[in-house]
Amino acid sequence: MEGSSYQIDLGNLMAYDPNHHFQSIPSSRGELANHCLEKGTEMVQAIANSLFSLPSTESRDGPVVKLPLPTTKLPREKHLPKPKPPTKWEEFAKMKGIKKRKKNKRVWDEQTSSWKRTHGYDRANDDRDIPILDAKSTDEVGVDPFAKRSAEKKERVKKQEKNRLENLKKAAKAGALPSHIQLAATALPITGTKKDVPKKASKDELESVAGMAATSTASGGKFDKKLPGEKPPKHSGKHRKFLPVVEGKGIGSKEKQQTEKILNQLLSKSSHEILDVNKAVTMFNVKKEKQRKKDKDANPGKSGKLKPNKKSFKKTSTKKKP
Amino acid sequence: MQIRAPKTKRAKRELDKRAPKLVENVKKTLILHGTKTSAVLNSVLTELYHLKRDNAVKFSKKNENIKPFETGGETSLEFFSHKTDCSLFAFGSHSKKRPNNLVLGRTYDHHIYDLVEVGVENFKSIESFEYDKKLAPKIGSKPLFAFIGEEFESVDELKHLKEVLLDFFRGEVVENLNLTGVDRVFVCTALSSKTILLMHCALRLKKSGTSIPRMELVEVGPSMNLVVRRHRLPSESLLKEAMKTPDHAKKIKNVTSDVIKGKTGRIYIPDQKVGDMPLSNNIKGLKRERREAKQNKESKKRKTESE
Repeated sequence: MEGSSYQIDLGNLMAYDPNHHFQSIPSSRGELANHCLEKGTEMVQAIANSLFSLPSTESRDGPVVKLPLPTTKLPREKHLPKPKPPTKWEEFAKMKGIKKRKKNKRVWDEQTSSWKRTHGYDRANDDRDIPILDAKSTDEVGVDPFAKRSAEKKERVKKQEKNRLENLKKAAKAGALPSHIQLAATALPITGTKKDVPKKASKDELESVAGMAATSTASGGKFDKKLPGEKPPKHSGKHRKFLPVVEGKGIGSKEKQQTEKILNQLLSKSSHEILDVNKAVTMFNVKKEKQRKKDKDANPGKSGKLKPNKKSFKKTSTKKKP
Repeated sequence: MQIRAPKTKRAKRELDKRAPKLVENVKKTLILHGTKTSAVLNSVLTELYHLKRDNAVKFSKKNENIKPFETGGETSLEFFSHKTDCSLFAFGSHSKKRPNNLVLGRTYDHHIYDLVEVGVENFKSIESFEYDKKLAPKIGSKPLFAFIGEEFESVDELKHLKEVLLDFFRGEVVENLNLTGVDRVFVCTALSSKTILLMHCALRLKKSGTSIPRMELVEVGPSMNLVVRRHRLPSESLLKEAMKTPDHAKKIKNVTSDVIKGKTGRIYIPDQKVGDMPLSNNIKGLKRERREAKQNKESKKRKTESE
């Protein structure tokens, strides 16, 4: 039996026996369990000895002892909190030597002659509750002083918000952002997944959607006010060409042209001509132009390099037999 | 840039609970499993959850893309750890190569800190033990630990496993302990260089002659053999960072407080080498033109030297 040579960590209520080893592991489970229980009992007794000899205080649930700090070091789960950098006001106050003053929860309100709270709903000396403002010599004639006061207040609030954002950005840079605040344009909402973040629509998407919305109006979006930068709609105007109702006697020239066009198209499909003269002529001309251009380019800037034999992948004009 | 702050005080309190603090909260455990589990492993996970009822979260879905030991397979775990604010996790899976596999892991700042993979053998569940129900340990009581075996010190894997088990079952770190509330003990015996036997027992305090009661162990809880398969220790830098303790107030040097003089300190002035000091060129005795000429010459000399 090893004496009290166990390593005891009272802070963690742990005992460790470094001197035990099995010569032979007992074959049956029950024997092994009993052996371990015996050893365990000894060690637990050792812990209890030191535990119960600590100075204890009586509380209603029983004796309470003050445990020492644990000796085995275990890793933290989160990093140590970083100290917050001082805000702009704090720096200014430190420089000037301004100390914080304790404010009362209730302040005397002159107007209603009662005690009202300092901040919040129905506060004392509220800027908005002043019924009468004396006109000063510096005031202009048409200016509403109440509106001016509320505008000034809005400005102050905006400035304060801007300063708060700056302070938070400074804190975020130092890694000391308060835990309940998030700072980002595209931060995920505090609870939620990636699906909840709405996707930004692209420029083309917006244009097409605007166009669709415009055409769904009664006048087809013709008289809608366009925003600055919005392009005029494409394909404006008629999509169908209607021939004039009256145009001289019998079949008019326009109608004749239309029917001729249709006939030609129909006939050309069923024609057995191998060569389309017009197309052949244009192709020949185009080829000639290209060759002329190439010669022009090649001659003035003759390089010693070998030029690769460019193979054109264009389909030839041979028409397949129907 | 926008400030996103919680709109209710309750949400703010919840977020503040999850913030990093000097003295930390209890470590919560996340219990989940992979695509395939065995009956044994299922009962192991449920009993682990029962042991740690107050501060554990149990997921019931199968997670096929969690592979703790591979580089890509940890992202899901880290995400869950972040969402549930759990820094300990127990991941169970079963395969032919690794039957009844249990990965116990810890996170630091919601990134994987270290892992121990153990195989569970000879598992006996809580129901198979018969004992007087009055002795059953209460949920949330602080356990005692007994580690038996020299292998816990000599073998790397078992050393790591000991630390992980201590972290898992320790519970809250308290300063004041009610002595009537100690009613459970975890006994871990090293059977070989790779196996340990973990037993969970209830404590019975018996009257003895002195004020220190006699301890009696009654096996109640799950008992299992854990075979260490793989383990991953934390990297040096991560270990150093995680083990940092809050700064103790630095000793300010060179400040003594005297009753008569008050707060005193010593100022040390280096020796003035009067012979080597260069004379200034702004000699007031000279007439102005000569003085300026001397100054200009000096500055011109310096300019040519620097070029």
